[in-house]
Amino acid sequence: MADTQTKARTLKFDIFRYNPAEPDKAPQMQRFELEEAPYMSLYIALNELREQQDPSLQFDFSCRSAVCGSCGMMVNGRPTLACQTLTADLPENIALHPLPTFELIGDLSVDTGRWFRRMVEQVHGWIERQEEFDPTAEEARMDDATAEAIYERDRCIECGCCVAGCGVANVRPDFLGAAGLNRIARFMMDPRDKRSKPAWFEVVSDADGVFGCIGLMACDDLCPKDLPLLDVYGYLRRKALASALTPHKKTSSNR
Amino acid sequence: MDQFYTSDVLVVGGGLAGERCAVEAAAAGQNVTVLSLVPPRRSHSCAAQGGMQASLGNCVKAEGDNSHWHFLDTVRGSDWGADQEVARIFAEDAPVAVRELAFWGVPWTRVRPGKNSYFIKGKRVDIDEPAAKAGLIMHRDFGGTAKWRACYASAGTGHAVLYAVDSEVVRLGIDVYDRMEALALVHDGDRCWGVVARCLRTGGLTVFLAKATVIATGGYGRIYGKYTTNATINEGTGAMLAMNTGQVPLGNMEAIQFHPTGLWPSGILVTEGCRGDGGFLLDRDNHRFVAELEPEKQELASRDVVSRHMMQRIRDGKGVDSKFGPHVWLDLRHLGEKHLKTKLREVWEICRDFVGIDPAKEMIPVRPTQHYSMGGVRVNKDGHAYNMHGLFAAGEAACWDMHGFNRLGGNSLAETIVAGRIVGEQAAAYAARQSLDVGTGLVESFVKDQSDRIAMWIGRQGSGPSIYGIRDALGEIMMNKVGIFRTGNELEQAVDELKGLLLKIKSATLRSKAPGMNPELTFALRLESMLKLGLITAMGALARTESRGAHYRSDCPQRDDSRWLNRTLARWPDGADLPTLSYEPVGMLDLPPGERGYGGATRISMEQSLEEYNQGVEKAQREAGRLDTSEPMGSRIQWGAWQQADPAASA
Repeated sequence: MADTQTKARTLKFDIFRYNPAEPDKAPQMQRFELEEAPYMSLYIALNELREQQDPSLQFDFSCRSAVCGSCGMMVNGRPTLACQTLTADLPENIALHPLPTFELIGDLSVDTGRWFRRMVEQVHGWIERQEEFDPTAEEARMDDATAEAIYERDRCIECGCCVAGCGVANVRPDFLGAAGLNRIARFMMDPRDKRSKPAWFEVVSDADGVFGCIGLMACDDLCPKDLPLLDVYGYLRRKALASALTPHKKTSSNR
Repeated sequence: MDQFYTSDVLVVGGGLAGERCAVEAAAAGQNVTVLSLVPPRRSHSCAAQGGMQASLGNCVKAEGDNSHWHFLDTVRGSDWGADQEVARIFAEDAPVAVRELAFWGVPWTRVRPGKNSYFIKGKRVDIDEPAAKAGLIMHRDFGGTAKWRACYASAGTGHAVLYAVDSEVVRLGIDVYDRMEALALVHDGDRCWGVVARCLRTGGLTVFLAKATVIATGGYGRIYGKYTTNATINEGTGAMLAMNTGQVPLGNMEAIQFHPTGLWPSGILVTEGCRGDGGFLLDRDNHRFVAELEPEKQELASRDVVSRHMMQRIRDGKGVDSKFGPHVWLDLRHLGEKHLKTKLREVWEICRDFVGIDPAKEMIPVRPTQHYSMGGVRVNKDGHAYNMHGLFAAGEAACWDMHGFNRLGGNSLAETIVAGRIVGEQAAAYAARQSLDVGTGLVESFVKDQSDRIAMWIGRQGSGPSIYGIRDALGEIMMNKVGIFRTGNELEQAVDELKGLLLKIKSATLRSKAPGMNPELTFALRLESMLKLGLITAMGALARTESRGAHYRSDCPQRDDSRWLNRTLARWPDGADLPTLSYEPVGMLDLPPGERGYGGATRISMEQSLEEYNQGVEKAQREAGRLDTSEPMGSRIQWGAWQQADPAASA
């Protein structure tokens, strides 16, 4: 086990506080101090602060192992997952804010759930198909390399860090963000999804889609799961362009 | 009360079991509402890593696999505590469930034709996968199975399955209320009409009425405090709903699974797929002690057995010392970086992020950690709860009961989908037959109970004990005295101490009276019931003077089929200080009780014949509260069919 422990520091947390149930109290930053412990993550630290210093502090954790995507927040100005952030990797002064672009629930807690449900509805983030499942049939075959490539995009945990860190999403609430574009790419490369090129073109090619992106690519730097978001962006632009350049008949069979 | 909603089927819990139920009920034409503590994709199902068991038999090491083998492995894994008809239904339906998920988009790992290199029992083995199977769903090895059977997507199987099922929920336009916690069932002692819920955004109370209500809230691992792989939301909120009716029994709550490889000290899960793919468990002398103790299954004996071997090793002073206490090593270095970064990618990430190691170069510190609740809301094979019409349960929240006293790895993901399909269909059929004629007076009384409870917590003055202190004490008692090795002495102490905590919480006070969702209040509203779940677990373990599966009594090390081939049922009568325990037969026996094939335990044989035992099951279960099922008891048992898999098992 890596032993990175140094002598205990006193960490100084500046935490954004606002409870919508108390509208008369203005939003403010609150200072907390906490003695650092070995392997302390922000999950450990925030729970200690709540349990020992201020039980009204709101934040979200669930899996505490960086797979559920609940705990996205701004850590010293950078959106990331709090549970996988070790205090040892941070300076003594730690500023915590809720993710921007999402509706605030209270303090560090934001409503990513509704945002992502709307996104999935908007891009039809499911396998579009006409046929019914046949319980007596063998599964349709798929090359393992294709399955791996789909899985690579499917790994997005919808934490919202890419959206919060996106210059466009911060000014345009309907922009799909990298998470939305990645979700599109994931289904676009899936042979089980039967959407036609024009149908895909409709989803990705307006200003809420891939052409809304102005290429800052903070998403690619920030993704806690290291999704290849730069590749997604290039893939979708190529697909959209190819689709635009390919003559096709308007069909009524696709949405 | 803020709001009031009605639907045909109400599903409490937005994880895999709940959402699969919801999809099935919606497909049957019922109006469905889902409540979830968190956005559904953040449910703990997402953390399942290594696989989902289904006997497709697609790769060479899975050749000849079928539902008979899966049935055999599941019943042996349960140490004969399972309901064998349910285990049979499960084994039969799992392949279709997995294929349906493929149809919905799960990127299952597929068979790569030609030479594949595996690690099997400590050796690298090259196997040619035939071209005829190319592109079918692949399997990996898991604990306690005769064949490779676990279907998987890297080490993110739960995530991939949850996203696929939730996508169907969105596609069907099913209403999901996330950050919504059911606090109580609305019922008249015989019939359930929905729930009173509290919004975790605003703190307001809402009533959700329904013709059929399904509890699918997962397990109660958090009664073990920090000594669990479970998410913070796995506090047994669904078991509480059932328990607090005073009518519905909880089954086998003492059957608690400890996963061999919880990351030490954080308790984060490291999948069994690591050992399935060839990982070793090593002690302080780098000795593969489990392989030596279990020559047949090696590191892939069932979880209860491997966990006990590990803890015994640590007790024998052969653990690896660390400043957090001793652990053992999980060694994956020989699997190579490429394998770790593709087929076990999530493990590689967890090691990097939480202990700062590269598992291709360094060993992983692990220790057995609370992982799964075999027990839960006792239901019949349709998922209909005992003693309560219109209440159903599915998944880990339920005691259906295919796991008995030990669940096999990969069988829980499979259960969520298989049970979701069945229970969703049954709940929909029930709702279709019923009307929603519930009196408003009854509903109001349940709302008042909850608003009074909230007012009580907010109004309680002074500086009494902290709820977090009580929670920590609960976790310590459960892990230290109701853990992997149990004794009558320690269990008695645990029961006494838990009774003490139930008194203590009556004077506990909140530090924060903040309006809105108030996280301290939110937890306080659960804590008393968590203590009761702990007490039920401890009392069940104390009463059960035998060792079966994960319930291991050092002072009663034998499995006793003459006295304990039964299921514990615990009820907490309204206003009582303590729960009442009763017992029912496990279900009709098809596979006769015998040896598991690992673990080396001895047993006391049953005195009755199988026929005598089976004749008594229906009457005894009916007396215990079992409601009528859509088909008669035993209708899906394929008597003796398991002999097609393993004729020797009849010995």
